[in-house]
Amino acid sequence: MRPVLYVLTFLSVMGLAFWAYRENYATQQALKDMAALQDDIAALREALTLQRAEWAYLNRPERLRQLATVNFDRLGLFPLTPEQLGAARDISYPPQAPLMGSIDNPQDVMGQVAPDGDFP
Amino acid sequence: MIRTPLRPLARILLARQQGVNPDSIERENLRLRHEAMRDKSRLRAEGRLLLLGMGFAAAFTLIGARMGLLAATEPMEPRSAAPGAEITATRADITDRNGNVLATNMLTHALYAHPRDMVDPKRVAQELAAIFPEFKEEDLYRRFTDGRSFLWIRKVLSPEQMQKVHEIGDPGLLFGPREMRLYPNGALAAHVLGGTSFGAEGVHSAEVIGVAGIEKALDVRMRDPAQAGQPVQLSIDLTLQAAVEEILQTGMTMLSAKGAAAILMDVHTGEILSLASLPAFDPNDRPNNPISGEPGDSPLFNRAVQGVYELGSTFKIFTVANALELGLVTPDSMVDANAPKRVGRFTIKEFQNKNYGPLLSVRDVIAKSSNVGTANLALTIGALRQQAFYKALGFFEPTQIELVEAPGAKPIVPKKWPDITVITTSYGHGISASPMHLAAAYGAIANGGIRMTPTLLHGGVPQTGPRVMSEKTAREARSMLREVVTHGTATMADVPGYEVAGKTGTAEKPNKQGGYDTDKVVNTFAMMFPASEPKYVLVVTLDEPVDTSGSEPRRTAGWTAVPVAAEIVRRAAPLLGLRPVVEPKAPDTLTAASN
Repeated sequence: MRPVLYVLTFLSVMGLAFWAYRENYATQQALKDMAALQDDIAALREALTLQRAEWAYLNRPERLRQLATVNFDRLGLFPLTPEQLGAARDISYPPQAPLMGSIDNPQDVMGQVAPDGDFP
Repeated sequence: MIRTPLRPLARILLARQQGVNPDSIERENLRLRHEAMRDKSRLRAEGRLLLLGMGFAAAFTLIGARMGLLAATEPMEPRSAAPGAEITATRADITDRNGNVLATNMLTHALYAHPRDMVDPKRVAQELAAIFPEFKEEDLYRRFTDGRSFLWIRKVLSPEQMQKVHEIGDPGLLFGPREMRLYPNGALAAHVLGGTSFGAEGVHSAEVIGVAGIEKALDVRMRDPAQAGQPVQLSIDLTLQAAVEEILQTGMTMLSAKGAAAILMDVHTGEILSLASLPAFDPNDRPNNPISGEPGDSPLFNRAVQGVYELGSTFKIFTVANALELGLVTPDSMVDANAPKRVGRFTIKEFQNKNYGPLLSVRDVIAKSSNVGTANLALTIGALRQQAFYKALGFFEPTQIELVEAPGAKPIVPKKWPDITVITTSYGHGISASPMHLAAAYGAIANGGIRMTPTLLHGGVPQTGPRVMSEKTAREARSMLREVVTHGTATMADVPGYEVAGKTGTAEKPNKQGGYDTDKVVNTFAMMFPASEPKYVLVVTLDEPVDTSGSEPRRTAGWTAVPVAAEIVRRAAPLLGLRPVVEPKAPDTLTAASN
C-alpha cells in the first residue's frame, strides 16, 4: 500500500509542478498581450484625438462657408434668415383635404334601424 | 519532575548527630533550588530574545532587500490595469457650448541634437538649412562644432519635416515627443482662447502653459491631471461667433474702421455667446507682443475686454434709469433741455449745436440723445447717488470674466466728482469702461434690474445677484430704448420681428494733447432684443469708423455701429432660435370657455 501512495504523491507533485510551470508562462503571455493591447489603445486614443482635431479643422466655419459658396449652384445655401422661421399656428391642422370634385360614383347605403338598438 | 526535598531526613539526622544546625542544610538546598530556577528562566529568556532578534533581523533584511530591489529596478507602469483616458491628455480640451472643439492637443516632435554623436556636421547643417529656411547653414555648422554636447534645434516639427530629418540619417539628430496645442478654427474666437507656449522643456516632454485669454486664466484647471479628460466647455457658440466675426469684419472694412468689437450675452445667465475683437490673430501662431507703437492697435489687444473707451451717449439710459429709480421723474416728465447750457466755464452743447428744448420729455431725452436734458437730470440726482448707481452697475471695478486680460482693464473713473463731472459722466464722457462693462450694465436693464456678472463658462444658471433697479424702472428704461430704435437715433436697427431696443453712443477719442479729436471717434451701439422680454444683449463698438456713402463723411453711431449691429441681429437671432414676432400677438380665433 505504502509504495503505491509514494508513487501517487510523486506523480501528483510532478503534475502540480507542470501545472505551475504552464500557469507561469500563461501569465507572462497574458501580461505581454495586455501590454500590447494597451499600446494599441494608446495609439488608437492618440489617433482619435488627431481625428477629432482633423474633424474640427475640416468643419471650421470658414471652410464650410467657402464650400457653400463654391457649391452654390448645386446646394443654393444661404445664411439662415428670420423669414425661414414660422409659427406652428401658421400650419393648418388637420391637413385640409383637397376640394372634392363632382360625385360621379354615388352609392346607396341601406339598413334597418332596430327600435331597441344602441344609438350612440 | 521530582523535587529535591529541602530537608532530606538522612542529612538532618546526620547533622543532628554532628551537632550542626540542620537549618543550614535547608538554606543551602533552597539556594541551590533558586539558582537552578534562575538559570532555567535566564535560558528561556535568552532563547526568546534570540528568536525575537532573529525575527527582527529577518524582517529588516526582507524590507531592506525589497527596498534595494525597488530602487535598483527600472520603474514600470502597472500592467494589469487599463489606463484611463486622462493619461493620454496633459491639457484639457476647450469646446464651445455645443461641444465643438475650440482647442485640442496634438502629438508632434521636437528636434534636438547631440553634436558629439554627429558623423558629418557639415552635411547635417547643409541639409537642415534646406529643410528649414529660417536656419542658415553657417550658423548651424558653427553651433554644431563649438564643443557643446546638446542643442535644441526646433520646438515643433510637422510630420513631413520629421520624415525629411529622418532621411538625413545622422545619429546626432534626435526627436523628443511634444504635445502641441491646436486651435482648429484658426483665428476664430482668438481673443477668448488666447494662446499657449511651452514652459519648462525636457527631452521627453514639455509643459504647455497658457499665455493669454482663457488658456491663461484657467491654466490650473486645464493642467489639472484629475480633470484632463474633461473638456472645458465655454459659453461661446461657434456658429454664432463665426457669423458675428464675419459681419463685424465686413462692417469694419466698409466703414474703414481701425478695429471693432462685439459682445453677445445672455441676459439671464450672463453667458457670453459671442465675443469678437478685430483685428484678430491666429492663436496657433500667436504673434509676439508689440514692442513699439500703441499697444491698443496690436491684433493681440482684446478691444471687447481690455479696451476702455469713453462710451458716450450709451450712458444716458443709466442717468435716466437712476432718476426713475429715485422717483425724481416719470417717463413723461418734462425736463429742461435748453441748449447750450453753461456750467461755470464749460458749455454743454447738443449734437450739431441743435436745441431740443426748452422742455423735453424724459422719453425724448433718450430718443433724441439730448446732452443738456441728461445733464440737468444728473444734476438733480447729484454726485453721490450717481456714483453709487455706477458702482452698483459695476463701472468702478474690472469685470470678472474668465480672461487673464480682464483684471487689468480697470475702468478710468474721475477722482473728484464736481458738478461738471456729474454732467459729463451722465452722458458717458470722462468715464471710460470696456464694452464688457457696458454689456453687463445693459444686461441689468434687460433682465429686470439684476446685476450681471458676465461669464465665459457654459452651464450658467439665471443670476440672482444684487438688484440695482426695480423691475418697473427696468421696464420703463427698455421702452425708452425701444423708442430710440423706432423713432430716435438708431432707426436702422429696427430689425422686423425682433423688437430691438438700444442706445447709440459716439465718443470722440482723446488725443495726446489732452483734447479730443473730432474726426476720430469710437462708436458704440448697446442693445437688447426682443424688447418686451429681452433674452440677449448685444454691444457693438467700432474704432474710428466713417460712413462715406453720403455726400459728406458721417461718424455718428447711427450710421456706423447701428447698421452693423442690425445685421448681426438679423443673422444671429435665427441661429439663437428666436422666431420673429411679425405682429402683436392676435387673440386666438377660438375662445376658451368653460361649461
